[in-house]
Amino acid sequence: MSIKKDDNWEPKILAFCCNWCTYTGADLAGLNRMKYPENVRTIRVPCSSRVNPQFILRAFQKGADGVLVCGCHPGDCHYATGNYFTRRRFMLMQRLLEYNGIDPKRFQAKWISGSEAAKFRDTVTEVSAQIKALGPNTKFVSPHYDNAVQAKEGGAE
Amino acid sequence: MARIGVFICHCGTNIAATVDVEKVAEAAKSMPGVAFARDYKYMCSEPGQAMIKEAIEEHNLDRIVIGSCSPRMHETTFRKMLKGTKINPYLLEIANLREQCAWVHTDKEKATEKAINLVQMAVAKVANNKPLTTSTIPITKRALVIGGGIAGIQAALDIADAGYDVTIVEKEPTIGGHMVMLDKTFPTMDCSACISTPKMVDAGAHPNITLKTSCEVEKVDGYIGNFEVTIKEKAKYVNHDLCTGCGLCQTKCPTKVTSEFNQGMSKRSAIYIPFAQAVPSKPVIDAQACLKLTKDKCGICEKVCPIGAINYQDEVKYTTEQYGAIVVATGYELVDWKKMYPEYGGGKYEDVITGLQFERLVNASGPTEGHIVRPSDGKEPKDVVIVKCVGSRDPKKGKSYCSRACCMYSAKHAHQILDKIPNSRVYIFYMDVRTPGKGYEEFYDNTRKDGAQYIRGRVSKIYKEGSKLIVKGEDSLIGRPVTVEADMVVLATAMEAAPRVEEVVSKLGISMDKDKWIQEAHPKLRPVETQSAGIFLCGTCQGPKDIPDTVSQAGAAASKVIGILNHDEMETSPMISHVDQTKCAGCGYCVEVCPYKAISLVEVPGRDGNRKVTKTVAQVNEGLCQGCGCCTATCRTGCIDLRGFTNDQILKEVDALCL
Repeated sequence: MSIKKDDNWEPKILAFCCNWCTYTGADLAGLNRMKYPENVRTIRVPCSSRVNPQFILRAFQKGADGVLVCGCHPGDCHYATGNYFTRRRFMLMQRLLEYNGIDPKRFQAKWISGSEAAKFRDTVTEVSAQIKALGPNTKFVSPHYDNAVQAKEGGAE
Repeated sequence: MARIGVFICHCGTNIAATVDVEKVAEAAKSMPGVAFARDYKYMCSEPGQAMIKEAIEEHNLDRIVIGSCSPRMHETTFRKMLKGTKINPYLLEIANLREQCAWVHTDKEKATEKAINLVQMAVAKVANNKPLTTSTIPITKRALVIGGGIAGIQAALDIADAGYDVTIVEKEPTIGGHMVMLDKTFPTMDCSACISTPKMVDAGAHPNITLKTSCEVEKVDGYIGNFEVTIKEKAKYVNHDLCTGCGLCQTKCPTKVTSEFNQGMSKRSAIYIPFAQAVPSKPVIDAQACLKLTKDKCGICEKVCPIGAINYQDEVKYTTEQYGAIVVATGYELVDWKKMYPEYGGGKYEDVITGLQFERLVNASGPTEGHIVRPSDGKEPKDVVIVKCVGSRDPKKGKSYCSRACCMYSAKHAHQILDKIPNSRVYIFYMDVRTPGKGYEEFYDNTRKDGAQYIRGRVSKIYKEGSKLIVKGEDSLIGRPVTVEADMVVLATAMEAAPRVEEVVSKLGISMDKDKWIQEAHPKLRPVETQSAGIFLCGTCQGPKDIPDTVSQAGAAASKVIGILNHDEMETSPMISHVDQTKCAGCGYCVEVCPYKAISLVEVPGRDGNRKVTKTVAQVNEGLCQGCGCCTATCRTGCIDLRGFTNDQILKEVDALCL
């Protein structure tokens, strides 16, 4: 499926951020007045391991163009071992999505600590650019969900 | 239908400069369930909070959304505010419009659009919030201190003086740590043993302190206020309840091995009290050296002991105890310079010693009774070279960090040599001289006035020629190579984290940095806390430091512990997991992933049609659960959920963001 080129098109990217590391890192990016694209929205979760695969599927169904799962670095989890589970679940989930035709770049996991504000900025900037290059996600989107999605489908030839 | 109030904060101009706050408030009015929306200059201020409270009454709101700074900043502020209203404090969501919107974007239109979206997300979530109530857990009013050096002793004394029971667990047969090995302490030159041994005696005699020497922490379960700690007591082969500490056994013991306390510069017996002022002053048997235990010969100590305290059948014992808080004070060790610096002889030359060995040499109770002599031939050295930063500030060979105490103790060593040996000469090779401390710079100045020669540069090689040690280095201030013919060389070796600290760290569930120093919760504002509630740290386990810093940190850790033990019970977060047992299939996947062992399978009565049956279901221990939510993603029936971050709430957030 080819996508109409629209330079004004902005992707919609969801970032699930753990409260203790990445969400703190994102706050620090703000405190340091770092700039990154507006198209990234964070959802605060206590731990990256709280992210249920269901959330990711729902995001893609509802028209998200990319999903990021961010947590503490392996070994530094606030809850000791939570992010090890995240890592394993992520590997499976990414393969499942790829099997279903969703580019692995649309679903990424990143480890960003509470002090790595610059890494947060760089990560979301990079992911945003990658997804912008991929174009809108139309694969899982179910048209009767909402109008915004239909409008997006209309953009596809 | 919910009646949601939305309050958009300007935060002065912090938010309002980049986000059109009026527009956001206006847009919020048409969001589903929103009964009232407005903007205001400072929501967190007194008038701001009063305004919110008024709006709650006036518009009969039943839950609120605040668009302001990060929830990490003011969530607790606004929850406290709600305590005085009819709204449950957990029927609140915060849209992060400052740190994650206004401050990171420049395009006002796009930032406003994002802000509206973030408020939409919070509105969607709050509509599904349920009122939550905190519960309380009892606090065990006892503390555990791991490590019996000066840090552990000081922390234990401070906690015990406040009236709480403390246990000190020490892996060695005596408390005291490194401080008691030292001779004099900089910059006041007071005798280390004279100021530390009274503290050891105080700790040993304190009615609230239990000493567990030759012990290690085996296992730690539980959580703040309710730790369950298994302590392993190594075999001592001497019954300390009977032993009077007469010391006859160690005078008669025929086996001699090198003394750890004297840094290998003297011998001790196989049954030994580490040093004269040890606390407890009772011997243990070194099982690796003892002839009876290794070859079943000898047995002299048993024969000479007047009260039959020797027990060759002694075994490792385990005890489990309850504590409310834990202080980690595992200390440091010196790096093994012999492996790192073959160019300094790698341990080949007896007269190249470490600073700690020098402390024993110069100590009146040491192997030479305080006479500074060469270990090789017992002669007094005239020319002594001190090499600083051996292993410190040397990322290629050793550690990247500065060990902080060496500049000062090297100056002290120089002073002591010049003082004790007439016509002696001291050469100190240094990279920088760091003396940040009260009276430190003056001490360094005096040492130079005493005649110590400071040479800026590193030593490249040490080798032996006859009875002399040839020290080759560079004076980088004049840019020339320097050779010194020395009688003795003292190396100021780097401090490193105690061996096997990683085991302690993993048992406690805390973290350490790249150099294995234990990580504090915040380097400036929470310097003695760890990431785990109820576990504190002090002393050199956190990083290299000198005695004054160690002691003040120990006092700080103690005050944090007292702050916990002072309460009978504590509030727990209600944002924890819970199981809908009617749906649970008892698969147990959640049990396996829980980092806190908070979930267990239990049998409950159930019904299968008309038949009464028992079924196996998961159950969450509310005291143990920390609310990570790892279990929720494993549940196939979706019956385990996290309060405050339920599946439903997060799905609604996803939906709102994808609109």
